[in-house]
Amino acid sequence: MSDQVQEQVREFIGGRYPDAEISESDDIFQLGFINSLFAMELVLFIEKRFGITIPNDELRIDNFRTTRSMAELVERCSPAAVGAKA
Amino acid sequence: MSTEVSTGVIGVVGAGVMGIGVAQNLAQTGHEVILVDTSEEIVAGAVAAIRNNCRMSRLLGGPALDAGEVLSRITPGVGADAVAKADIVIENVTENWDVKREVHEALDAACGPQAIFIVNTSAFPITKVAAVTSRPGQVVGVHFMNPVPAKPAVELIPGFHTTPRTVERTKQLLTAMGKKAIQVKDACGFVSNRVLMLTVNEAAYLVHEGVADAASVDEVFRSCFGHPMGPLETADLIGVDTILYSVEVLYEYYSDSKYRPCPLLRQMTDAGLHGRKSGQGFYDYTGAGAGAVAGAS
Repeated sequence: MSDQVQEQVREFIGGRYPDAEISESDDIFQLGFINSLFAMELVLFIEKRFGITIPNDELRIDNFRTTRSMAELVERCSPAAVGAKA
Repeated sequence: MSTEVSTGVIGVVGAGVMGIGVAQNLAQTGHEVILVDTSEEIVAGAVAAIRNNCRMSRLLGGPALDAGEVLSRITPGVGADAVAKADIVIENVTENWDVKREVHEALDAACGPQAIFIVNTSAFPITKVAAVTSRPGQVVGVHFMNPVPAKPAVELIPGFHTTPRTVERTKQLLTAMGKKAIQVKDACGFVSNRVLMLTVNEAAYLVHEGVADAASVDEVFRSCFGHPMGPLETADLIGVDTILYSVEVLYEYYSDSKYRPCPLLRQMTDAGLHGRKSGQGFYDYTGAGAGAVAGAS
């Protein structure tokens, strides 16, 4: 699941920034060409693609720095995880 | 000195990208706002956008915002009469002279004689806008940057007849909004757009002529100059249609061919490729086939 999420997020970033070569732990905002506006697009992409709603307190830039942190976010917000917590 | 600036109702006219940002910025800094446009549907869409922007605020380095609290200070309305009681009206309509003129004539007729009109424009001479009202001393220009709540500074432009009191009240409001005002003189395009619009227009020509695609143009600015965004990403953020109108205003005002609008900007505007707000511009924002589109074929 985590690998699939990371791959799809990497594809989405690659669609906009074809030259971006990122590993799962690279901070995309440290690459020098991705700004916080793109984080808003990542939010919309992740919510649409994985059918989740990211709670407001999870909308922090740190959750979108690496493909790994985004995969962990998706896992935390997926219906199964939310159901298990409730 | 009166303190009514920070306590009076502020009218925000035009609920597009800029009006949405101005209304949100005012509301989140404690001001009561009346947000108006030409239809209830447009204003309802703006309210939904503000709700979403509040949600995203921290991602843009802003404060954590309670959308309900912010929206509780914004009253939706339709037409100039809805802002009749406002102390200050901030106009954010399309950068088109006929539209600006009509709106300011309507506001002048609707609002009380004490009201100050702030013209949010990136291009139009403030003196020209003020001349269609009966209160040229109370008309002043403020060029807000996009996204408004995230940008710390504005250009402040007094017109020929703008009174010192109007400038002072406007500065007070801007300070209360968290903005630094950089005062410049009234000349079409002011400082920012005399430079920026030529840059964006020339960048569009490079794509139009096939010299480079949009991604490569922007990459040069980011990687070589260290700019956070390239000119075509900036165009998509501002709105490709807005860029075109701004370049046209400069071209008409100065009668100088150096401002000749790139045909690609016109074609994209006609095709509805207006940038982020329409989901597609020089880049695709729909998430489906994200990437550079303009000039790719």
